[in-house]
Amino acid sequence: MTNTIVAGIGATEFSKQSGRSEMRLAAEASRAAILDAGLSPGDIDGMVTFTVDGNDEQELMRNLGAGPVTWWSRTPGGGTGACAAMQQAVAAVESGVANAVLVYRAFNERSGYRYGQPHAAGGPPPLDWYRNFGVDTPAKMYALWFRRYMHAFGATNEDFGRYTVSARRYAATNPKAWFHDRPITLDDHQASRWIVEPVLRLYDCCQESDGGVALVVTRADRTTDVDAPVAIRAVADARHPDASITANYYYDDLARYPEAAQCAQLLFDRSGLTPADIDVAEIYENFSPLVFLVLEAYGFCGPGEAAGFIADGNLDIDGALPTNTHGGLLGEAYIHGINSIQEGVRQVRGTAVNQGADVEHCLVSSLNSGLVLGRV
Amino acid sequence: MSDAPPESRHETRRVAPDDAFFWAAAADGRLVIQRCADCKTLRHPPAPMCGACGSLEWDTQESSGRGRIVSWISSLHPNRPDDEPRIVILVQLEEGTRFVSNLVDPPHGGPYDDLPVVVEFRDDRGANTPFFRTAGVDTQSLEVDA
Repeated sequence: MTNTIVAGIGATEFSKQSGRSEMRLAAEASRAAILDAGLSPGDIDGMVTFTVDGNDEQELMRNLGAGPVTWWSRTPGGGTGACAAMQQAVAAVESGVANAVLVYRAFNERSGYRYGQPHAAGGPPPLDWYRNFGVDTPAKMYALWFRRYMHAFGATNEDFGRYTVSARRYAATNPKAWFHDRPITLDDHQASRWIVEPVLRLYDCCQESDGGVALVVTRADRTTDVDAPVAIRAVADARHPDASITANYYYDDLARYPEAAQCAQLLFDRSGLTPADIDVAEIYENFSPLVFLVLEAYGFCGPGEAAGFIADGNLDIDGALPTNTHGGLLGEAYIHGINSIQEGVRQVRGTAVNQGADVEHCLVSSLNSGLVLGRV
Repeated sequence: MSDAPPESRHETRRVAPDDAFFWAAAADGRLVIQRCADCKTLRHPPAPMCGACGSLEWDTQESSGRGRIVSWISSLHPNRPDDEPRIVILVQLEEGTRFVSNLVDPPHGGPYDDLPVVVEFRDDRGANTPFFRTAGVDTQSLEVDA
C-alpha cells in the first residue's frame, strides 16, 4: 500500500502521422495530465520517463513552465520501465523529495522513424552479440524467447491469434484506438503475413505509433485537490542479474518469465492482494505471446495454461479477468505501455469506454515492472 | 531521421574492447568462453567483471563447440538487412553458457527445437565467425534445462 495517487492523466491522439514534434506531443500530453489533476505546472517538482525517449527532460520542463523541479529519473530497458517509472514517482513522493511528479512518454515512432525496423548500428556493445546473427528488430529479439514457450507447451501461433482477436475487439469500440471500428477474426489473423516465423504474424505485433501520454503522481493526502484520484496500491520492478539487453535468453527455463513472477510476488506482498482480487488487467504486449507468459507469471493460470484461459473467454469484458480493455498496444497504440497505465486509471475511475464491472483493483503490467491501482 | 533501413547485416563489424579476445580466438577457429580466474564461473556475452564474485581477472575456457538448440526463429526481413532468410538459434553449449548464432545448411525446414549442433566457423564480413550445423549422436544425451 503506497501513500500516493495518480491524480491526473493526459494524452494526445494516437496516429501514424502526428504532424508535430515529439516535444510538442510531450508538452501537450503533460499539460493535459497536470490540468486533469487540478494542478498547475508550477506544482510539478519531479519528472520521470524511461529510456528510449528522445525528449530532454529540461526542455519539457521549460515548455511546461513546470517546477522548480527537484527530482529527475529515467528507468532502464525501454518499455520494461513503464511501471518502473511510476515506481520512481512513488518513491520520490513517499520520501518527500517531490510532491507532484510528472511521468511522461511521447514520440513519433511511425512518422519520425520506424521503431520496428532493423535497429541502426551502434548502441550498447552487447547488442552486437545478437545483431551480428540477424537479431536486429524487437520482433526477432522477443520471438527468439517466445519460441521456447511454444515448444515447451505446444502453444501455436493460432493460440496467440486468439489474444489478438480479443485485443482488436476492445480496440474496435475504443474511439481513441488506432484500430477503432476494425475488429479482426482468427482467420484474418492466420492470413496475416509472417513477421518472424514460426512465432509472430503481423497481427501479433504491436503498432508503430505517434503520440504521447502523461500521468501525475502525488501524495494520497492531496486527494481533496484533485478531481478523480486513483490510489496506487503497490508498484514493483524486478530484474535478475542474468538479464540481457534484448529479451532475456538466459533464464534457466525460457518458457517461464521469472522476473514478471517476482514482480507479481512483490506487488501482491506489498498490496496484500491476491490474483483473485484483480478485477481488470492491462498487460504490456509488444507482441501477443507476452500476454501468455505474464498471465502465467502472475498466477492467473498455471504454466502452459494461458492458451486455454484465453480461449475460454476469460479476457472478455464479462470474463474473469478483462484484459487490455483499451485494445492493448496491438489495438490502441504503442506508447511503450504508458497508455496501458492510463487505461488502468480510467478503469478504476469508472470512465473507460470498455468499462469493467465494479472495478476495485486494476493490475498494470509492463514486462518486468507492474503496479496495482485501486479506489481511494 | 531517415526512412532508409539501416544496413545491420552489411555494416562493418564493430569489436568492443571487452569482446576482442573472443574474436581473436575465433580468427584461429577456436570457440572460447570467458571464465572468471577466481571463482571459475563461465560467462557470455563477455563482460569486464564477474557477476558471481566481482573479480576483474579472467581467462578463457575452450568450448567443445557442441550444444543443443534451446530456441530458434527464421529471420527474414523484406528490406536489405536480412534479404536472405537465416535460422537464428539460441544454443546451449555443453559447458553451460548460451550463444546466439545461425544454423547453417539446415537439414530440413524445421522445427529445430532441441536439435544437437556443432560449431562451424565461416567468414562473415571478414571475420571468422562461429555458426552451427546439426550434429550426430555425440550430443544426443546432452541435458538442456530450458
